[in-house]
Amino acid sequence: MSDVVATTPQETVERALALSGADDRMVIADEGSTANLRFAGNTLTTNGVARSSRLTVISIVGQGVGVVSRSAVRPDQLADVVAAADRAAREAQPSEDARPLVPGTASADWDRAVEPTNIEVFRDFAPALGEAFAAAEASGRRLYGFAEHTLTSTFMGSSSGLRLRHDQPTGRLELNAKSRDMARSAWTGVATRDFRDVDVAALDTTLAQRLEWAKRRVSLDAGRYETILPPTAVSDLMIYLYWSAGARDAADGRTVFSRPGGGTRVGDRLSDLPLRLYSDPAHPGIECAPFVVAHTSSREESVFDNGLTLGSTDWISGGTLSGLVQTRHSAELTELAATPRVDNLIMTGPEGGRSLDEMIADTRRGLLLTCLWYIREVDPQTLLLTGLTRDGVYLVEEGEVVGEVNNFRFNESPVDLLGRLTEVGASGQTLPREWSDYFTRAVMPPVRVPDFNMSTVSQAN
Amino acid sequence: MRQIDADFLALPLRRLADAALQRARDLGAEHASFRLERVRAENLRLFDARLEGAMDADDLGFAVRVVKDGTWGFASGIELTPEAAARAAEEAVRVAAVSAPINREPVELAPEPVHADVTWVSSYEVDPFEVPLPEKAALLGDWSAGMLGGVDHVSASLMQVKEQKFYADTAGTVTTQQRVRIHPVLTAMKADGRRFDDMRTLAPPAGRGYEYLTGVGWDFPAEIAELPELLAEKLKAPSVEAGAYDLVIHPSNLWLTIHESIGHATELDRALGYEAAYAGMSFATFDKLGNLHYGSPVMNVVGDRTVEHGLATVGWDDEGVAGQSFDIVSEGTLVGYQLDRRMALLKGLGRSNGCAFADSPGHVPIQRMANVSLRPAEGGPSTEELISRVERGVYIVGDKSWSIDMQRYNFQFTGQRFYKIENGRLAGQLRDVAYQATTTDFWRSMEAAGGPETYVLGGAFNCGKGQPGQIAPVSHGAPSALFRGVRILNTVQEGGK
Repeated sequence: MSDVVATTPQETVERALALSGADDRMVIADEGSTANLRFAGNTLTTNGVARSSRLTVISIVGQGVGVVSRSAVRPDQLADVVAAADRAAREAQPSEDARPLVPGTASADWDRAVEPTNIEVFRDFAPALGEAFAAAEASGRRLYGFAEHTLTSTFMGSSSGLRLRHDQPTGRLELNAKSRDMARSAWTGVATRDFRDVDVAALDTTLAQRLEWAKRRVSLDAGRYETILPPTAVSDLMIYLYWSAGARDAADGRTVFSRPGGGTRVGDRLSDLPLRLYSDPAHPGIECAPFVVAHTSSREESVFDNGLTLGSTDWISGGTLSGLVQTRHSAELTELAATPRVDNLIMTGPEGGRSLDEMIADTRRGLLLTCLWYIREVDPQTLLLTGLTRDGVYLVEEGEVVGEVNNFRFNESPVDLLGRLTEVGASGQTLPREWSDYFTRAVMPPVRVPDFNMSTVSQAN
Repeated sequence: MRQIDADFLALPLRRLADAALQRARDLGAEHASFRLERVRAENLRLFDARLEGAMDADDLGFAVRVVKDGTWGFASGIELTPEAAARAAEEAVRVAAVSAPINREPVELAPEPVHADVTWVSSYEVDPFEVPLPEKAALLGDWSAGMLGGVDHVSASLMQVKEQKFYADTAGTVTTQQRVRIHPVLTAMKADGRRFDDMRTLAPPAGRGYEYLTGVGWDFPAEIAELPELLAEKLKAPSVEAGAYDLVIHPSNLWLTIHESIGHATELDRALGYEAAYAGMSFATFDKLGNLHYGSPVMNVVGDRTVEHGLATVGWDDEGVAGQSFDIVSEGTLVGYQLDRRMALLKGLGRSNGCAFADSPGHVPIQRMANVSLRPAEGGPSTEELISRVERGVYIVGDKSWSIDMQRYNFQFTGQRFYKIENGRLAGQLRDVAYQATTTDFWRSMEAAGGPETYVLGGAFNCGKGQPGQIAPVSHGAPSALFRGVRILNTVQEGGK
């Protein structure tokens, strides 16, 4: 075998397209790089850098589709990978989502070389984190968390002439502070594209204040409480709603967005407030791929849609369900617009929404959450979710935080919640606590719920 | 007995390992390991007996991990050349240097005997990757079509994985392994105009080959034949009345409760706080080893990386430690944790029990779960005998929704099927059921474990943990078991309806 990998992803895409004997061809090359630092108790636990290279060949013969995806493909292996995809396409049943391929367009930066990330992305951040460890240690705090930076460059070519490229940087810092006796805990997190905007000392200061809040403990029973959810908690609930918003499943009668008796609930009012839930690949700070990238077909994406331009897409508009995630194929079945998934999510409320601090100051008695955790679906018919509060539930009285409350297990549906919100604050970029492994690009508001269902008390702290 | 695939053995395994380990030695690393792996996965999805999507993918690459001046360093690569392997070793050393300012706890590893040039292959008969995709799709399609007369929709999926690993370290251990796992799932869906519901097969994922679909280890045709009628009964079933009930839990449900409330709770990295910011910690802190009253005296739990067809079964782990079996809970008392080499030495526990695992060449090994299983009672009761002891209760079959807090205290689970128990007999299905408890309350309420004939090995392909996120396959064996006075919720009422 050859020991040499000496080709660019662009060249690989061109060669694979040329090698295929299928009626239609698509090739996706994903070049990834990542660097990370993980820490616990004011010290490093693991770290690493990694590179990845994945080639996905999608062959179409008639209406049959064959998909083969291989990592680290050498030039001498390329013909075998393409032949395997061609063979799979010839043997495949006709695909019901088969459509003409998206006509060719080309990215202006198609030819530019890949510039991977590496451990140097933390060159300034790591010493600052070290200083935060020292400060925390001196003040009786322990810091835990994770810093990660990834860069994925995607190259998509097709026999219809597509030559599209997208470079996606993704970064996040999660920071958790605990008191030395581990009895008090607070969390914050930020999404970043390059770590140059991360002020770890400022984040640690915020956590120190929250640990101070937690010195007074208040025990509360399970029940329904007026509750302020900060943007990170709202994002985790809305992301789950977004993941459950497949048009095909709704039309098949399987989700909260299914209309009893048939069809979808598009057009139903979900909230009396002028809520907007939408995605926009060009939204500042959370930019994402402006075209469809589907490595395989599923209920909610189709390889035949690859390259389709993505724009601002409303899922909820003026409080009314206005769109569901779907392919060109499912759009024909549901007689709705083709609205493929976009890799970010934005929620806004009425003009003039207040800040989280202003909402706290205007609370007579209620709970302020830090974040939600271990969110899982209990009932798809209502989208009832269960999960836990985590790293700080604070009691607010007469506009001030007066202490920390025990954690709770909640049972709530985000769809039902939308109809019960009494306030939606000003939106800002946030890091989803639970789903940041998969979804980091979110702009969300804090919200006020008059009767959040805390089902039982959790002893966790 | 299957052999390791020739095309994997033909890769330049030793040349790359030699280059990486020598470079690490030259740069002064106290310890270094080299791991080259290929993970191949094929997933098929059908809806209403039509193939909806299929993906055949692999992940090939290598990793170098070093301890340099007491700090970890890790780098991975994809170019299979000695030069690239040596560069990865250099990069791992550089990562250790950049990380040194934030490392306050020098890394040392528990000793492990050298395992020189050893091989291991999991127990399977038919490599699923040697079966043509159309044949597999046709079988799933036939099974789906057979159900479509009685239900509205049927989804089917088949996940297959072949994992090949080569490991070498500076102590002289060299291991080469191959294992296969497979998971077919069929889900039936039906609506009655007022509500919809679904029900899926209980067949667990298994460390078996394609023979699992053709009659070895599970009777799929028999299970599939029952689903439409069971689902129809579930749709018509009355909604449960919330309250405290005695539960008889079938292993198809109990495996997941074991996973969440025992498996994760007895990972020592959690107990020590390494997962504190993400997956969480554990109520079973290290000071409770040997004295925590975890459950009732009939509770005996073992960690195991050797059981045949287990998803976490290996010859050696990703730190070169031999697979072992060890006690975690004995007669209701916490007696052991799952370990890796660093933690074993750190806490004075001697040899690691072999629970280090990385899910890909791009990820660092972390402590992952062994096959953690509840032992059956020798000569213990059958499931029917357990049910006969209950005056008012619920019999729970199959897993579905799950959630547990970050210290493994408070959990809530649902299931596939719930049967009312009245005066020792099943009295039809119930719906809208979830059970909720605190871990130690729940296990202390276990009155009886069923006998060996009730024992089933359940599990999952995709247990998530760590940052960057990793998944791990793991099995959990359990007998049927009887629990007294557990809180049952009505999920519709919980939703405020």
